[in-house]
Amino acid sequence: MNNPYFDLLMWARGPGFDIALTVFVAGLLIRVLEILVLGRKRDFSKAKGSPVGQGIKTIFTRSVPRKGLVKFAPITYIGGYVFHIGFLVAFFFFAPHIALIYDLIGISYPAMGRVIIESATALAIIAIIALFWSRMTDPVRRALTTWQDYLLLVLSALPLITGYVAVNKLFGDGTLMLALHILSAEALMVAFPFTKLTHAFTFVISRYYNGAIQGRKGAES
Amino acid sequence: MVNKPMLGDLMRDHGVSRRGFLKYCATLASAMALPPMMAPRIAHALENAPRPSVIWLSFQECTGCTEAITRSHSPSIEDLIFNAISLDYHHTLQAASGDAAEHAREEAMKEHWGKYVLIVDGSIPLENPEYSCIAGISNLDMLKETAEGAAAIVSVGTCAAFGGIPHADPNPTGAVAVSDIIKDKPIINVPGCPPIPIVMTGVLAHFLTFGLPELDELNRPKAFYGETIHDRCYRRPFYDKGLFAETFDDQGAREGWCLYKLGCKGPTTKSVCATVKWNDHTSFPIEAGHPCLGCTEPDFWDNGGFYKPLSAPAGDYRKLAQAAVGAGAALGVGSAVLNRMGKSKAAANHETVDAHDLEKKS
Amino acid sequence: MTATFERGLNALREQIDAPVASFFSSCVSCGLCAEACIFYRETEDPKYTPINKVEPMRKLWKREYTLFGRLGKYLGLAPQITDEELTEWETLVYDSCTMCGRCTMVCPVGNDITMMIRKMREGMSASGHGPVELMGAAVRHTDGTSPMGDLTKALLKRVEQASAVTGIEIEVDKPGVDYMLMLSSHEIASGEEMIASVAKIMDKAGKTWTISTEGFEATNVGIQLGNKDVAANLVSRIVNAAEKLGVKTVISPECGHAYQAIRWEGPNLIGREYPFEVRHIIEVLEQFRAEGKLKTNGKDDSRITFHDPCQVVRRGGVCKEPRNLLNMVASDFVETDDAGTMNWCCSGGGGVGANQRANDIQAKAFNMKKRQFEKVNPEKVVTMCAFCHSTLEDQLEANDMDEIEVLGLTEMMAEYLEE
Repeated sequence: MNNPYFDLLMWARGPGFDIALTVFVAGLLIRVLEILVLGRKRDFSKAKGSPVGQGIKTIFTRSVPRKGLVKFAPITYIGGYVFHIGFLVAFFFFAPHIALIYDLIGISYPAMGRVIIESATALAIIAIIALFWSRMTDPVRRALTTWQDYLLLVLSALPLITGYVAVNKLFGDGTLMLALHILSAEALMVAFPFTKLTHAFTFVISRYYNGAIQGRKGAES
Repeated sequence: MVNKPMLGDLMRDHGVSRRGFLKYCATLASAMALPPMMAPRIAHALENAPRPSVIWLSFQECTGCTEAITRSHSPSIEDLIFNAISLDYHHTLQAASGDAAEHAREEAMKEHWGKYVLIVDGSIPLENPEYSCIAGISNLDMLKETAEGAAAIVSVGTCAAFGGIPHADPNPTGAVAVSDIIKDKPIINVPGCPPIPIVMTGVLAHFLTFGLPELDELNRPKAFYGETIHDRCYRRPFYDKGLFAETFDDQGAREGWCLYKLGCKGPTTKSVCATVKWNDHTSFPIEAGHPCLGCTEPDFWDNGGFYKPLSAPAGDYRKLAQAAVGAGAALGVGSAVLNRMGKSKAAANHETVDAHDLEKKS
Repeated sequence: MTATFERGLNALREQIDAPVASFFSSCVSCGLCAEACIFYRETEDPKYTPINKVEPMRKLWKREYTLFGRLGKYLGLAPQITDEELTEWETLVYDSCTMCGRCTMVCPVGNDITMMIRKMREGMSASGHGPVELMGAAVRHTDGTSPMGDLTKALLKRVEQASAVTGIEIEVDKPGVDYMLMLSSHEIASGEEMIASVAKIMDKAGKTWTISTEGFEATNVGIQLGNKDVAANLVSRIVNAAEKLGVKTVISPECGHAYQAIRWEGPNLIGREYPFEVRHIIEVLEQFRAEGKLKTNGKDDSRITFHDPCQVVRRGGVCKEPRNLLNMVASDFVETDDAGTMNWCCSGGGGVGANQRANDIQAKAFNMKKRQFEKVNPEKVVTMCAFCHSTLEDQLEANDMDEIEVLGLTEMMAEYLEE
């Protein structure tokens, strides 16, 4: 006799993870190398400022929006921040995830309490709903949105929702919800290299280039 | 078979007060999350129930379940429970041996056909039935033969309930659970490695009093397997606060913090260890500082490792990850080289634009 | 060679590099670039969302520069761009974009969309797409000496006039001097004021300078049109002239895209470093001020504000300099909202001002500037780009606001020069 929920969980932790990890790692490497190895032509103009320094600086400073612009697209700005920060807090500071990270790369650090994690998760889910709604109704967002954008919002929400449900035993069998949670995270991993999710890594490169290009001219970035 | 005395008579003979007996019934009732008013019903049933014949078959097992049930500390009460049943066949406990023992079994079956309770511990090998035989009879044959006339089967221990340790990867004996072989009888699974003594006796008491208990989808009595360890664990506040033991002798371990990071399977394990505990409420693995193994669940020996947290991958992914890095790097560089070649070709094919041919002529 | 779709596609292909690849990989379709774009903001039409303007280039990148895109191509999943599509995109790429650079500043993942528009125009221009006015200007400049044809005679006339007005001898084609001044055809056409102003300032600063008759036109329509071949041809004239005369520094005048052309794109267009420096005229004046070689006397006490030319300030890094200078000669200098790096485009740059087809949308876009001025209510607007200058004048007039005077900063500095 076997427990099908447990079997699903073990598949998610076993072959499921293997597949997801392979696709994620190999796929991301392909995407990133495709960018970097393409390179760019040498710039013969004389630099006024410092491209490398400003490039690196912009990786961080671009996280702060320009003054006065938030009010023109509040849902995108605020929803974007709440989602990202909530997701990152819930992922990086929940102890079972830290245990995962420790298993993967040997780094451990203190965890946050469940109340913070759950608040972050709930806020992130609300942000996703808001962003989804914005994509459907705001003219600019709607014009830019494709089916992929909707799909990725759903895929991003699933680990948050299943995680919250699993930890709080809201409904369903605990083992099944945990299995679904891990599977939903694996779905995200698989989707990563083929979609705009790559921005989670390539934003460093694009922000750097922005800062380097502007910085070379002595201009702000 | 001589008429055995009723439990009530036995109690009096043993000098057990009625109060003590009722207290035990109350304990049983609460252990099964039954309301207190059920205690007298249990008492009545135990006192007056005819003592059913019980045949206990031991297959591929370590005898731990038998050891546990007889180690039960509640004083002579559980002894008496044993006397509330007529244990007509049990390898370890019976006085008879050899042909006489088998004959006792056959007699009991014949006399109580359709009414005896069959208790099984240990798994059944299918790879080659000869791996485990008793009196020349394979476990498989003995099980099928004995199950035919049973009123109900109780699979005690994870081996009988789900296959247990012999069933663990690579399962060389082809070990299976009782329920994988017997399909036409009510089976109560009482898993655990071993199960808690009072759980075993409680299930029997329930069966004697009320018949088959309510079972979950794995045929385990919901009274004893309805909640996870995680939800009843006294260390739960530390899980919620984010305080975890990282090693077995760090400050967290000494402070009694949550053992999730050391591999505790509490969240996915249904059992009453956290409330009923072991050795007459003394302690249970987590309280003793060891993460829960998940031993009441099927395939717990293959759950990724006792010391691997539930959130960590179960397989050996490192080599695969390295291969993925290699493949990704190769494909990425390869693709990029192709890209550059395409770009060089475009540069080579560059048709210089003269200001005079900016407009399309066609 | 004729303009063909293939030629354009090939040109676009050449433009994809690591930054472009990283930008398309990182775009999450958030649409925040739209909020920064003057054309979207004043029309509220989502098609003007900046990243949408480079959609054909994104398709090309995906299909030809990514492994998964290439695989998708074999599965028929990666759409190919078509000539019709490029035609459809013409108004987006040319009429509703001045390459002002605001989108580049606000993209959360750091996309330099402005640069991508510039690259997109390479594909457009090579395939025969683009505003006819820019094409005409390209022909005239290539065959002559400026987008207005051959302005050599006019230039010499202006030099003569400037000499007369200032009493300073101005030598053309003088070798071995500190500075070689360029001029935009606009400045030559409108009068001798710019030359005269520079003459006075140089004289006081004790610097030697000249104008080359073989390389005096600063504007480079190749930049607005987005064609590196045309642009390289035009910028080479300046480089050759400067090298021939052996000057130390080439001055880019009050012009936006000229600064981009000579300072930032030029060396890459010709594929080598310059043996001389390049400075915007305001950078030169600021240097003189810092060295104490530019002294002024008196101030203009009217209510003055400043307009930041996009290509010089946001895209060129010359932001503090004009303010240092203006504060010397203005006692009531008030900034508009968003002044400095994030100021709003005059609406005429990037070829839009020359594009008749874009007249309506340009007029709409100007409303942003109009509201800025209405809020500050200046008597004068100072700027440091001749095209911004004339665009502001035209648009203010069209909006019945021509009581506001538009001034060039260099001229103003010269006016208040200490005798």
